[in-house]
Amino acid sequence: MSIAAAGIDERVAAAPAPLVRPKAHGETLIRAVFVTYVAILVVVPIAALMWEGLSGGPSVIWTAIRAPVAVHALMLSLGTSAIAGVLNGVFGTMIAWVLVRYEVPGKRLISALVDLPFAIPTLVAGILLVALYGPQTWVGRTLGAAGISVAYARPGIVLALLFVTLPFVVRAVEPVLLELDAAEEEAAMMLGAGPLRTLVSIVLPPLVPAIAAGSLQVFSRSIAEFGSIAAVSGNIPFRTLTAPVQILGDVEGGDPSSAAALSLVLLAVALVLQPLAIALSRATGARRE
Amino acid sequence: MNRVLVVAPRRPGQVAVLGVVLTWLAIILVIPLGALTFTVVARPGDTIRTLLTPDALFALGQSITIAAIALVVNGVLGVVGALVLVRQRFRGRRVLDALVDMPLALSPVMTGLAFLLLFGRNGILGPTLEALDVRIAFAFPSLLIATLFVSLPFTVREVALVLEELGTSEEESAATLGASSLQTFFLVTMPNIRNGLSLGATLTVARALGEFGAVLVVGGAIAGATQTATTYIYVAMEERQVAGAYGMAMILATAAAGLLVLLQKRRREV
Amino acid sequence: MGIRVSHLAKSFGAVKVVDDVSFEVRPGELVALLGPSGGGKSTILRIIAGLEPADRGEVWLDGARVDHVHARDRQVGFVFQHYALFRHMTVAQNVAFGLRVQGVSRDRQAKRVADLLGLMGLRGLDDRYPSQLSGGQRQRVALARALAPEPKLLLLDEPFGAVDAKVREELRRWLRRLHDEVHTTSIFVTHDQEEAFAVSDRMMIIRQGQLEQAGSPLDILDHPATEFVARFVGDVNVLDGVMDRGRARMGPLAVDVDGPCDGSPVRVVIRGYDLAFWRDDEAGVARVSRVIPLGDRMRVEAVLDGGTLIFGQFPRHSSQLVGVQAGSRIAIRVKHARAWPLAADTADSAAVGA
Repeated sequence: MSIAAAGIDERVAAAPAPLVRPKAHGETLIRAVFVTYVAILVVVPIAALMWEGLSGGPSVIWTAIRAPVAVHALMLSLGTSAIAGVLNGVFGTMIAWVLVRYEVPGKRLISALVDLPFAIPTLVAGILLVALYGPQTWVGRTLGAAGISVAYARPGIVLALLFVTLPFVVRAVEPVLLELDAAEEEAAMMLGAGPLRTLVSIVLPPLVPAIAAGSLQVFSRSIAEFGSIAAVSGNIPFRTLTAPVQILGDVEGGDPSSAAALSLVLLAVALVLQPLAIALSRATGARRE
Repeated sequence: MNRVLVVAPRRPGQVAVLGVVLTWLAIILVIPLGALTFTVVARPGDTIRTLLTPDALFALGQSITIAAIALVVNGVLGVVGALVLVRQRFRGRRVLDALVDMPLALSPVMTGLAFLLLFGRNGILGPTLEALDVRIAFAFPSLLIATLFVSLPFTVREVALVLEELGTSEEESAATLGASSLQTFFLVTMPNIRNGLSLGATLTVARALGEFGAVLVVGGAIAGATQTATTYIYVAMEERQVAGAYGMAMILATAAAGLLVLLQKRRREV
Repeated sequence: MGIRVSHLAKSFGAVKVVDDVSFEVRPGELVALLGPSGGGKSTILRIIAGLEPADRGEVWLDGARVDHVHARDRQVGFVFQHYALFRHMTVAQNVAFGLRVQGVSRDRQAKRVADLLGLMGLRGLDDRYPSQLSGGQRQRVALARALAPEPKLLLLDEPFGAVDAKVREELRRWLRRLHDEVHTTSIFVTHDQEEAFAVSDRMMIIRQGQLEQAGSPLDILDHPATEFVARFVGDVNVLDGVMDRGRARMGPLAVDVDGPCDGSPVRVVIRGYDLAFWRDDEAGVARVSRVIPLGDRMRVEAVLDGGTLIFGQFPRHSSQLVGVQAGSRIAIRVKHARAWPLAADTADSAAVGA
C-alpha cells in the first residue's frame, strides 16, 4: 500500500520523529539562564583579571614576580602550605580513623568540630589565634619568654592554615574507610597476619590515594588562604607576608598590574593542581569493584 | 554489603591514636575557641557597648542581608545549575562544570581584584558606570556580587551529588504517568533533593557570612557604608578596638556554631 | 585434623544464636552445616575459626583445646561468603599472602602459587585484579588463597552463595574434586540442601542454634530424626491426620507409620516420590491442578476433595501418568511416610511442599 493511499495513522508513523521534543524547550531555557549567570558572574571577572595581568605583556609579569618581596611571599605561601598539607594529611587520617573505626562516646562532637572550619569565617579563625597567642596574652607572653613567637610569626601562619584546612583530609578519607570490608581484614588474620601487617598490607593501600587527594586539597586551599593569615600573621614583608596578602598590598598601593600578575601566578598554580587532584580522586575509586 | 571493623579502643596503640587525635583537635580548634570565648566573656560590658554602636550594627545587618540574598539567589540558581549539569548533555558541559568550581580555586583577594578591575573607577566598566551614575565598586552592589561569586559552587555541588545518586528512574516513571516537566520537578525531584539542598544552603550561608578578602578589596570597608561583619573586625583590629573586634568575632563564631548544628543534622540525613 | 565442639553457646544480646551445640568431625571428612538462614551456622563456623568468642563451650582441634588460641594461630583456612579477596592485590599476590606472612622464600611462594592456580584452573590469571574476574573465578582464588599455607582445617561460609546457579554447580564439583585430592578436613556452611547433599560426606542440620540431626546424606533423607528435618530436607507434603489402627489417616488417604497410639492427631510427612498417582475418573480422590515438567522429572500438583493441596514427583516417562493432565481425577496411594505427634506449633503450617 503506498503512503499516499494509507490512512492518517500510517502516515504519522512513517514520518520522521520530530527533532525537538516539547519538553526540550524548558531544558534549553534553564540551561540558558544558568549559563548566562555563570558567564556574567564568573567568566567576565576572571577574564578581566587575566586581561589586566597579561596586558602589559610577559615582561610586566616577570618583573612583578621577580620583586624580592613577591618571591619571598610566594615561597612563604608554598612552604607553609606544604607543611599544612603534610601535617593535616597525617592527623586528618588519624581523625578519620577514630571517627570510622573507634567506638567512643562523643564521636558526634568530634565530627562537629571537624566541620567547624567550614562554618566559621577565616578571619575569625585568625582572630581566635590572636586571642590565644597574641603578645598581650598569658600564652603569648609565656611562649615569648621561651623565645617562641606564634602570633605575628610563621608558626601562627601554619596554625591558621591547619585550622582552616582541617576538614579536607578527614572528609576525603572517611568514605574510603567506610568502604573497607572487615572480611578482608579477617581473611588476612586467618592467613596469619598480625595487626601491623594487616594495617600496612590491607588497610593502608586503598587509603593512600584518598590521603593524597585530601592533602593536595589542603595545599591548594592554603596557598589561596587570606583571611586567617591577614589576622594572625601581622603581614610583615619578608617575614610573614604571604602571596595573597602581597596581592592586597599591591591593590591598596595602587598597583593593580602587579597585583594581577601575581594573581595569575597563583591562578596558574591552582589550574595545574586541579587535574592532579581529579586524577587522585579518581584513583580513590579505581580499584573498587 | 560490607562490614566495617569498629572497636572500642583498648590496646595501647589505639588509645595512643585517640589521645593524639584529641590533643590535636584541642590545640588546633578547641583551645583557640576557648581563648576568644574567655576573653569576651571576661569583659562583657565593653564588648556589648562597642557592639551596640551604629557602625557595628550596620555591619552586622549588612552581612545578614547579603547572606540572605546569596542564599536565595544561589540556592535557586544552584538547583537550576545542578539540573543542567547532571541531567543535560550538551557541548561545553565540562567547561561549565569547571567554571562553577572556579570560585573555589581563587584566593578571595584575587576575586576582589577581578571585580575591582571591572567596576573600579579606572576599570573596564568604570567610565560607563560613572556616566550612568551607577556606583558598584565601594558600594553595596559590589559586596553582593563578590559574595555571590564566592558562594556559587556550594548548592550546585551538593544538589548535583544528590541528583547523580538518585538517578532518573523516578522522573521517568512520572513521565510515563503523564506528568509535565514542571510537575515532575516539584512533585518528584524537589522532595528528593531536599537534603542536598539544605546542606548546600547551609554551606552557602556560612561562606557568605564568612567572606572577607573580596569584600574588603571591592568594598573598601567604609564604616556605615560598605562594612560587613568581617571587614568591621578587620578595621577594628587595625584601630586597636580589640573589644569590638573580639565581640563581633564572637557573634560570627556563635552563628557558625549554629550553622554547624544544622550541618551535622543535614550530613546525617544525606 | 579432627575437630570436636562441645556444648557451644553464644548469644548476641538477648538472642541465643548458638544453643548447646556439640559435634565431631573426623579427619579428612567434608562436612556440611545445613539449615535455614539465620540459624546460627555461620556463627558456629566463626567460633571454630576463632573470629568470634563463644560464651560457653569448647573447641578442640586435633585433640588440643584452642579456645584461647588467636584466629591467626589456629592454622585454619577460611573462605568467606563474598570472597574477601584483597582488592588491591593481584591474584598471585592474594594467593601468596599466607605464605608471605609465614616468611616463605620468594621462590617457594611462586611455586606454590603456580601449583594452586593450576589446580584451581586459574592458570594465566596471575596478574589480574579481583575486579577483573568473574564470580566463579574469584571464589576459586579465595579457595586457592586459603589452601596455600596448607591449613589443617578448611572452613567455608556459604562459599557459593554469591554466584549464579550454573556456576554454583561447577564450583560444587570443584570443591568435591579438590577435597578428594587434597583431603583437608573441611566444614562448609550452606542453606542450600542440594549443595549439602551433592558435596558432603556427612551433614549436620542446624536450626535456631540447635543441632537437629547429624548423619550421612542418606541417613538424613531416609531416617529423619525430627519433624523439622523431615520437612526441611527434600520436597515434601505435610498433611495432618489421625492414627487409626497403626495407620495414619488423612482424609481419603492412609499409610502405615510408626506413630503414637490410636486416636492421636499426627502430622504426616510424605516425600513427593513416595506417592503413586493414576487416573481414575470414577473413584478418584483428587483433581489435578498442574502438571509441571522439570527436566527428567514430572511434578503433578493436585487438590484433594476437601481442599488440601498435594503433589507427587515422578520420572518423566512414568507409565503411571498416562492420561493424567490438568483437570483429571486421580487416585492416590501413599507408599511410605513419617509421622509425628501434632504439636501446637503455630509456626508450622499444614501446607504442601517445602
